[in-house]
Amino acid sequence: MIVVPQKARFTEPLKLMSGAVLPEFEIAYETYGTLNAARSNAVLVCHALNASHHVAGTYADDPDNVGWWDNMVGPGKPLDTNKFFVIGNNYIGSCFGSTGPVSANPATGKPWGADFPVVTVEDWVAAQARLADHLGIERFAAVMGGSLGAMQALQWALSYPAKVRNSIVIAATPRLSAQNIAFNEVARQAIMTDPDFHGGHYYDKGVVPRRGLRIARMIGHITYLSDDAMMEKFGRVLRRVTPGFDFDVDFEIESYLRYQGDKFSTYFDANTYLRITKALDYYDPAASHGGDLSKAFARAQADFLVVSFTSDWRFSSARSREIVRALLDNRRVVSYLENDAPQGHDAFLMDDPRYFSALRAYFHNIAL
Amino acid sequence: MTESETIARWVKPGSRVLDLGCGDGRLLKHLWQTRQAPGYGIEIDDAKAIECIRNDVNVLQLDLEDGLAAFADQSFDYVILSETLQAIHAQEPLMKEMLRVGREAIVSFPNFGYWRARIQIAFAGHMPVSKELPYQWYDTPNVHHCTLVDFEALCAKLSFKVLERLVLTGGNPVSLLPNLLGSLAVYRVSA
Repeated sequence: MIVVPQKARFTEPLKLMSGAVLPEFEIAYETYGTLNAARSNAVLVCHALNASHHVAGTYADDPDNVGWWDNMVGPGKPLDTNKFFVIGNNYIGSCFGSTGPVSANPATGKPWGADFPVVTVEDWVAAQARLADHLGIERFAAVMGGSLGAMQALQWALSYPAKVRNSIVIAATPRLSAQNIAFNEVARQAIMTDPDFHGGHYYDKGVVPRRGLRIARMIGHITYLSDDAMMEKFGRVLRRVTPGFDFDVDFEIESYLRYQGDKFSTYFDANTYLRITKALDYYDPAASHGGDLSKAFARAQADFLVVSFTSDWRFSSARSREIVRALLDNRRVVSYLENDAPQGHDAFLMDDPRYFSALRAYFHNIAL
Repeated sequence: MTESETIARWVKPGSRVLDLGCGDGRLLKHLWQTRQAPGYGIEIDDAKAIECIRNDVNVLQLDLEDGLAAFADQSFDYVILSETLQAIHAQEPLMKEMLRVGREAIVSFPNFGYWRARIQIAFAGHMPVSKELPYQWYDTPNVHHCTLVDFEALCAKLSFKVLERLVLTGGNPVSLLPNLLGSLAVYRVSA
C-alpha cells in the first residue's frame, strides 16, 4: 500500500487548555481506504509518544518506511481499509509535520522552540476535530489508539460525544500514577540539564541536546518492556567474551538501550519530548469531576472496547479496569479484554493472534 | 425445555443481566433477542471472550475468583451463573457478590445427586463421567460439585431465599424426586 502524507492548514486560532492561543496550525495526516458516500466509515487512529501520522503502508520514494501500525491497518488487516476510511494524524506539538516547536512562529518567522505552548490531550483532540471538519466527517465509526493514543480515543468520547460511535482504548490509563510522572520527570531533567538544550532555544545555535534525548529514550524503553520480556530478549548475555571491568558495553541490554537512545536522538525533537510527557502527566479527565471518573464519563455516548496487557506495568490492567468500571457505572456498551501477551506496554504494537482476532471481530461488527 | 429457555422465561423483558462465565455469549444473545434484556458477560477464556465479541455480546475478561469489584451495588436485575458454580473455588463469597450486584441471582449446575452419578460412585466405584459431567477427575475445570440439597443448604446458610427452582433431565422438567432424578438444576434466588 503506497500512501502520500498530506497537510491541512487551519487559520482560525486554537485556544489551548493552558489559556495560550495557537494563532494558526497545520496537521499532517494520511488516509487509507475510501470514505463512503454516507461518510460513515471513517476511523481516526491516534498515535503514542514517538510515532506519527504514518500509520500504515509505505511511501513511493521510501519503500522501507513502513507505517507504525501496518500490522493492524490495511487491506484485509484487523482494521480493514477495504471497509473503513482510516485517518492517521500527527498531533500538534509533535515533530513529524504538524505544527510544533520546530515550526516557524508566525510572529517572528523563527522556530517556536521554547515558546511553543504546552499542549494537552484535550488540545490534540480539539485540533483533530478541525481535521475531521476539514475532511467532512461528522461522526467517526471509531476513534482508536494505544497508550497515549488511547487517551485521545477516550477524550474524543468526552469532548465530542456525538461524533464517536466506538472508542477503542488499548493499553490505556485514565491518569498517570506518581511513578509514571516520576519517570517522565527524570526524562525531562535529562533533556533540560543537557548543556546543548539552551533553555529550549537550541535550533539557532546549531546544536541538539542529544545526550538528554538519549537518556530520556533509554528510560522510556525500560518502561515499555516487562521484566520478563527484557530478560527473555537480552538476559545477562555479554557483548564481549569476558567482562571488561570498565564502563564500555558489557551486557546486551546496555547495547540495546544505547542503540535505541542514539537512534531516537537523531530524529526526535527535545522540545516535543518535554511537551508530550507533560501532556501525559496532565491528562486526568476525572480531575474536573472531583476525581470521580464515573462522573467524567457520564457524557460519553460511544460504545467502547478496552484492551489491556497483563505484563504491562507502565499502564497496568488495573488502570484499564478503572476505565471499565466508570463505563459500567454509566451503563455504556463496553467489552474489555485482558491479554496476557508477555511484552509489556509495547504489546499493543505486536500482532498477538488473540488481540488481533478480537480487534478484527470488533471492527467486523461495526455496521456502516 | 432448555436451560436458556427457562432463564429467558424468568428474566423480565428489558431487565439488565450479568452472566458470569458466559462462554461464547450464547445465553446473553438469546436474552437480548427474546427479552430485549441488555447485558454483559464475564469470561476468562481468551477464545470464548473473542467469540463473544464476534457474537456482538458485551464481554469483560475478568477472573470471577477476584469477585465483582467492577460492578456497583444492585446495578443489575439478574446475575446469572450458568453451569459454572462447580468450577469456582470459593462459592460462598461469589454468591454474596452476586446478590450485592444483582437484585436476583440465577444459578444452574449439574446435580451430583443425579441417580446416574450415584450409581457410578456407588456401584462402579468411580467418579461420574456423563454428558453433563464429561470430564475425568484428573482433568476437569470442576472443583466443587454439589447436589440440590447441598445448594439449598448453602442458600439457607447465607439467608438467601429460593424464589423458583426448575430441575431438568434431558430437557424435561422433573418434579418427582428431583435430587435423584434431575441432572440439571436451575435456581432463582434473592437476598
